[in-house]
Amino acid sequence: MLEIDNLSHVYGGGTPNAHHAIEGLNLSVAEGELLCIVGPSGCGKSTLLRSIAGLITPTGGQVKVEGNVVKQTPDNLAVVFQDYSRSLFPWMSVADNVALPLRRRNMDKKQREDAAREALESVGLEGAARKYPFQLSGGMQQRVAIARALAYRPSLMLMDEPFGSVDAQTREDLEDLVLKVRGHHQMTIVLITHDIDESVYVGDRVVVLSKAPAHVVGDLKVDLPGPRDQITTREHPDFVHLRAEVGRLVRGHATV
Amino acid sequence: MRRGGLRTAAFRVAVLLVLVVAWEAATRAAGSAFFPPPSTIVERMHAMWFSGSPATLFLTDAAVGDILPSLGRMALGFAGGALAGVVLGLALGLSSRVYDYLDGVLQFLRAIPPPALVTVFLVLFGFGLRMQLAFIMFSIVWPVLLNTADGARSVEPLHLQTGQVFRLSRTERLLRVVLPSALPKMFAGLRLALSLSLIVMVFSELLPGTTNGIGFQLTTAYVTFDLPAMWAGIVLLGVLGYLLNEVFLVVERRVLAWHHAAQRLT
Amino acid sequence: MSAQTLTSIRPASPAIRWSRRAAGAVAFAALIELISRTGLADPEFLPPATEIAGRAVTLLADPAFRAHALTSLLAWAIGLAIAALVAVPLGLLLGSVPLVDAATRSVVEFLRPIPSVALIPLVALVIGTGLQHRVALVVYAALWPILYNTMYGLRGVDPVAKESLRSYGFGPLAVLMRVSLPSSAPFIMTGVRLAAGVALILTVSTEIVAGRGEGIGVFIFFAGIAVPARMADILAGVFWVGLFGVAVNALMVAFDRRVFRWHHVQRGEEG
Ligand SMILES: Nc1ncnc2c1ncn2[C@@H]1O[C@H](COP(=O)(O)OP(=O)(O)O)[C@@H](O)[C@H]1O
Ligand SMILES: [Mg+2]
Repeated sequence: MLEIDNLSHVYGGGTPNAHHAIEGLNLSVAEGELLCIVGPSGCGKSTLLRSIAGLITPTGGQVKVEGNVVKQTPDNLAVVFQDYSRSLFPWMSVADNVALPLRRRNMDKKQREDAAREALESVGLEGAARKYPFQLSGGMQQRVAIARALAYRPSLMLMDEPFGSVDAQTREDLEDLVLKVRGHHQMTIVLITHDIDESVYVGDRVVVLSKAPAHVVGDLKVDLPGPRDQITTREHPDFVHLRAEVGRLVRGHATV
Repeated sequence: MRRGGLRTAAFRVAVLLVLVVAWEAATRAAGSAFFPPPSTIVERMHAMWFSGSPATLFLTDAAVGDILPSLGRMALGFAGGALAGVVLGLALGLSSRVYDYLDGVLQFLRAIPPPALVTVFLVLFGFGLRMQLAFIMFSIVWPVLLNTADGARSVEPLHLQTGQVFRLSRTERLLRVVLPSALPKMFAGLRLALSLSLIVMVFSELLPGTTNGIGFQLTTAYVTFDLPAMWAGIVLLGVLGYLLNEVFLVVERRVLAWHHAAQRLT
Repeated sequence: MSAQTLTSIRPASPAIRWSRRAAGAVAFAALIELISRTGLADPEFLPPATEIAGRAVTLLADPAFRAHALTSLLAWAIGLAIAALVAVPLGLLLGSVPLVDAATRSVVEFLRPIPSVALIPLVALVIGTGLQHRVALVVYAALWPILYNTMYGLRGVDPVAKESLRSYGFGPLAVLMRVSLPSSAPFIMTGVRLAAGVALILTVSTEIVAGRGEGIGVFIFFAGIAVPARMADILAGVFWVGLFGVAVNALMVAFDRRVFRWHHVQRGEEG
């Protein structure tokens, strides 16, 4: 599904304050996988995501999505940004925000509206369609951003610290929303986070990045029994163990 | 809250009435030829412009001859200048490089007080409508252009990236992302342009060679020393300015409802 | 509309931006030169840029032109100063005493929309067409931006700051002078900057309409109605007026940035 091959990126190359954000990063993600990427803040996670999404051209290596080298944003890819308040369009209603990307999908107005309604339902926001983003709480705005991505029916969904700026309770709800949505839609999800617990709770697999320049320092399979649950999963010995493992990998390389 | 609002409004109207009465009393007492009482001014306005037949909406020939040409000039000049300003401003705002190159020249052009250029237009077009229209358009295009460009440049990068990720076409990005982002500043520029267009319209009519319009009516009153007529013209322009501004605000409030509401909440 | 533009905008460094501005100005002048020299526009109407620039320089040495410019400068400066001296206290009063505001609001709303140039003939009749004519019109036009911005600034004053001062036993006047005035100062500054531009418009308009005496507007007007029109004179005059406008605006912006840094930082703008 996604192949990242010896990826490197340098910001401001050739200038005295050039910054090596990523160096020699290799990673592959299988179809249908929910991969969490953890790494210390500022290590280059968003840079990695922007390279996958075709928003920047990496200075070295390549990214392949469904076998094609990414030059511009691949067709069936959606992104949920961390900053929901700045990624939703304030001049459009919630429904219009969700329906906007569908203009590229050869759908008529009615079909677009239906798809938007359905997506809003699946994130529990059927009542908010006519509202404007600023009338919603932060958690609800992020749900709208997720609904927009879902309505687009991507085969690959990228999420960049999607729950970084909501409160703890909302965060847990949104984590469960991702797990639920993932059960309903066939798609591969790459979720970036700096929260170790979250990565283990949500992911099938956790990849740990080093501090800048980022490369992969750990790759763990998450095998937890049963459907995940905020209370029982988090007290399961395997969860506790994995969390410690990921924590050690992040710390170990964050402080060296 | 509503009752309070009503009370304030009633208070303001009462104060206005008192002031008008005071104005009337003072001008009558002073008896100065320069300051006719408001009743005289209103009578004059009525006699000159609004005592026509119902068939012409009570407008007199003088009203049709003075007010309509002025409004027409202003409307055409404003529309042309605003359209050019918006289009050029958007184009300019899209490229930070082109913007950098033209910024200095445009700031200079905006800083020129438009009346200083009126003789240039006179030389180019001679007296008349073409010169007036070109002059009004040229005067107002800069504030609109610079504000629109500024607005287009201030578009949120994440909005652009969102448009890019969801593969919106170039036109869609322009119309659905860049244009709405630019609207608040564009409207600020348009509002400046509106009051400026009223000023330059009157100015262009005060020049020798004009044959109609409110400004021409003012000049006529000046040379015939007809002060009530002059005051009537001034009051009429004040009322027009007020109405135009109100209409503009209504449109702005509709178009920018999302912007104002979002601002109130943050 | 290059490919990069609809995606993301990265500002260039200040040095690059200044050199681009300069290059733009040079290119603009070169364009005028070219249009004129190639006869694309009649050089009678559009003299070459070098000729305009040369004329602009020789005008500076011309005592008659200097007298014109000085007269305009005087009317502009006196008018702007009087407007500020009237509008700031008035704005403070209207902005801090709701009763006075409510009482005068209707008058203000009635007077403001009157386009100031419409008063040119009336004021000429009442006080004549000398310096006082121009000053009076500049005052009238420059009053509104300062008044409105002062009142707007007062509305945004932090109530906590006012209350804390009041809790220390300071009277309303002390609160006005120590909290309200300083915190609305940046807005007043904006008002003065806008007023400076309007004042320039009115100075030139009044001079042109009155059409006699001295003043840059008079100079430009006579250059325009001469047969044949002295285009180089007009454009050189316009050049100096425009440059003056840009310079005043830039100085005020720079002053604003330096003195009211705290204000811009607080509002999350860049220094
Ligand atoms: N456009 C840019 N230009 C220069 N440096 C950048 C740019 N974007 C990010 N960086 C730098 O690259 C590093 C990694 O950034 P980012 O990928 O956003 O980190 P993360 O998402 O892991 O917090 C940071 O040190 C940041 O300052
Ligand atoms: Mg990041």
